[in-house]
Amino acid sequence: MGLKKTGGYRVLAAVLAGSVILGGLQPAFADEEDNQDRAARWKQLQESIFPHRQVLDSGGIITVDAPPRALDAALVPIELRMAGNQPVKGVYLIIDDNPAPMAAHFVFGPKADPRDLKLRVRVNAYTNIHAIAETQDGQLHAATKFVKAAGGCSAPAGPDDNAALADMGRMKLRLLGDFNAGKPVQAQLMIRHPNFNGMQMNQITRYFTPARFIRTIDATYDGGQVFHLDADISLSTDPVITFGFVPHAKGQMKVVAQDSSNATFDHSFDVPGAPSG
Amino acid sequence: MSGFARDNDSRLGAPAQFLGATPGCWLPIGGVVSVSKDLCCGHPRRRPCGPDAARRPKSFPAILSRRDVLLGVCACGFAQLTRAVTSTTAGQTFVTDEVAPGIHIRRGVDEDATRANEGAIANIGFIIGRDAVAVMDPGGSLVDGQRLRATIRRATNAPIRYVVMSHVHPDHIFGAGAFTEDRPQFVGHALLPNALAQRAEYYRVRLDQILGAGRSGPIVTPTMLIKERDRIDLGGRTLQITAHGNAHTDCDLSVLDPQTGTLLLSDLLFVRRVPSLDGSLKGWLAELTKLKTVTARRVVPGHGPASVDWPSASRDLERYLDTLQRETREAIAKGVDIDQAAKTVALSERDKWALFDDYNGHNVTRAYKELEWD
Repeated sequence: MGLKKTGGYRVLAAVLAGSVILGGLQPAFADEEDNQDRAARWKQLQESIFPHRQVLDSGGIITVDAPPRALDAALVPIELRMAGNQPVKGVYLIIDDNPAPMAAHFVFGPKADPRDLKLRVRVNAYTNIHAIAETQDGQLHAATKFVKAAGGCSAPAGPDDNAALADMGRMKLRLLGDFNAGKPVQAQLMIRHPNFNGMQMNQITRYFTPARFIRTIDATYDGGQVFHLDADISLSTDPVITFGFVPHAKGQMKVVAQDSSNATFDHSFDVPGAPSG
Repeated sequence: MSGFARDNDSRLGAPAQFLGATPGCWLPIGGVVSVSKDLCCGHPRRRPCGPDAARRPKSFPAILSRRDVLLGVCACGFAQLTRAVTSTTAGQTFVTDEVAPGIHIRRGVDEDATRANEGAIANIGFIIGRDAVAVMDPGGSLVDGQRLRATIRRATNAPIRYVVMSHVHPDHIFGAGAFTEDRPQFVGHALLPNALAQRAEYYRVRLDQILGAGRSGPIVTPTMLIKERDRIDLGGRTLQITAHGNAHTDCDLSVLDPQTGTLLLSDLLFVRRVPSLDGSLKGWLAELTKLKTVTARRVVPGHGPASVDWPSASRDLERYLDTLQRETREAIAKGVDIDQAAKTVALSERDKWALFDDYNGHNVTRAYKELEWD
C-alpha cells in the first residue's frame, strides 16, 4: 500500500512545508486566524473519526502532556494520564495537523492499568494534539495540548535505511519502579522498527522510501489482554511505549507486533525477569 | 557541524524547530546567539573582547573582519599570522592562516548559519603540493566556497585536483559547487553518497531559507570513495585519508599530512564549540581513542581554533562525550524519560562550550536513543 499512498503524502508534505515557511514570515499576525483554523480542523476530524458521537470535555478523566516546544520533531514524547475514577476502555491519540492525524488507538484489556501511558510520535507542523478517553459506558472525553514542532514526518529517519531494516523486530521490555505481585507496575516496551512513513525522500533515486510501519501491537500477560494498539505512520522510529499492568508473582508478557508489510514480530518476556533484549 | 539558527537580523533566524530541522546536529534550540562572544574564541560566557565589543549590539552583522580575527586569534594565542592569505569579495573578508607550511585554514565563526555569516561557520582550507592543491572542506555555502577558491588562486597557480568532503553536514560541504569548474576528484567516505541521498535536499531547502533562495549551493556527490584508507598525491606531498567508523556522523573522513605532521580531523574534533552528535556516541569515543595514538604535531578541528595541539586538544571533547554517556546511562537506568533527561544530562558542561543550549538537549536525545538499546 505504501507506494500508492506516497503520492498523496508528497503533495501533503509539500503543502505542509510551504505553510511552515509562510508561517515563519508572519508569526505575530497568524495566531488568531490559526486558532480559528485549528478549531475548524478539529471539528472536521471529530466528525470523521467519531461520527454522530458527542465528544465531552476532559472532565478530569484524561490529561495529555507533551513538551510545548519539541527538541526533536521526529521524537516527541507524549504522556497520557487517565487517573479519573471512571474506568477507561480505550484511548485515541490524534495529532490534528499530521498527514495521518490518527496516531494511535489503544484498547485496554483486563490485565491493564490504564492510568498512565507514554509513547513517542512524529509531529509535522505546529499542531494541537487531542487525547480522547473512551470510558466503559461509551462516553468520549477529550484533552488537548498544543505542540510546537515541525518537520518530524518528512525529516530523514536516519543516515542509513538499510541498517535500520537489518535490526527490525528486536524488542526489549523492562519494568520501571518496584515490582510487587498484585500491584500495578509500569513497563516500557521498545521495538526496533524504522517506521518509515513514506514521506522521506531518497534524493538520488527521487523516490520516497516506501512506507513501512507498525500497524498493530498486542500485549498479553498470562493469556489476558493488556492492550491492543492500532497505530499509523506517526509513531517514531523504534517505537517505545510505556504502559501499566498488574503482574502476578510470576508470569509472562507476550508481545505481537505486525507491520504494514504484514511482517509479524513476537517476543515473550518473563515478568519479573532478567532484562531482555 | 551545526544547524541553522537564529539571528536578530533576519526572519530566517527563526527557531530551527520552526524550520523543521530534525536530523541530529541540525537542531538548535535555545536563545539568540550574540555575535560578540563568537569573535572571542568561542567562549560562551567570557566577557566580549575587542575594542568595540561591549558596544556591539546583538544584531551586529556577523561579518568576520580581519581585525576581529586578528584580535581574537592574538588574544587566544593561536597566532600563525605571518603568512595569512586574505581575499576580499563583495565586501566580505576571507582570512586563512597558514597553520603549517602549505596548509591554509579559515577559522569559522562559532555560530549557526545565518544570512549575515553566509554559512561560513566551519573551519575550512586547502593544502598546496608541488603539482596540485587539495581542499578540505569546500565550505558552508556556495559563496563560502567561492571565497575559498579565490583565496587559493591568490596563493598558488597549481590546479585544484581534490576536494575532500569530510562528512555530510552542510556547513562543510555546500561550498563544493564552487569547485566543479576545476574538475577535481570530490573525495568522500564510502557512506557519504547514501547520507547525501537521505539528507542533502532537506539541507539545501533549509539552507536556502536561511541564506536566501538559491544561495545554499548545488548538491555535489563524491567521485572518489574511501572505504578504509587511501592516499592522494599532490606532488612531493602525499596525504593519507582515513574513513572512520560511525562517530560524529556515519561518514567522517580525516586527512593526515605526514610531511608536516598535520592531522585534519574536521568534526571528529570540536574545540570550544559544543559538539553535535549525529552518528554514534560509543563509536565517536572509540574513534577518538584510536586517533589519540596518531602522532601529530598539530590538528585542525572542524570548529574552534585553526590549529591545536594533539592529543591534548581532545580532552574537552572526550570529557563532554564521557559525561553525556555516563549521565544518559544513569538516566535510562533510573527510568528518567527521554525529555526529562534532555533537560538534566551534562549540565556541568554548560559553561564550557559555545552554543551549549542550542545542541546539548538534542545530543542527549541522540545518546538516549542509542544507549537505551544496550
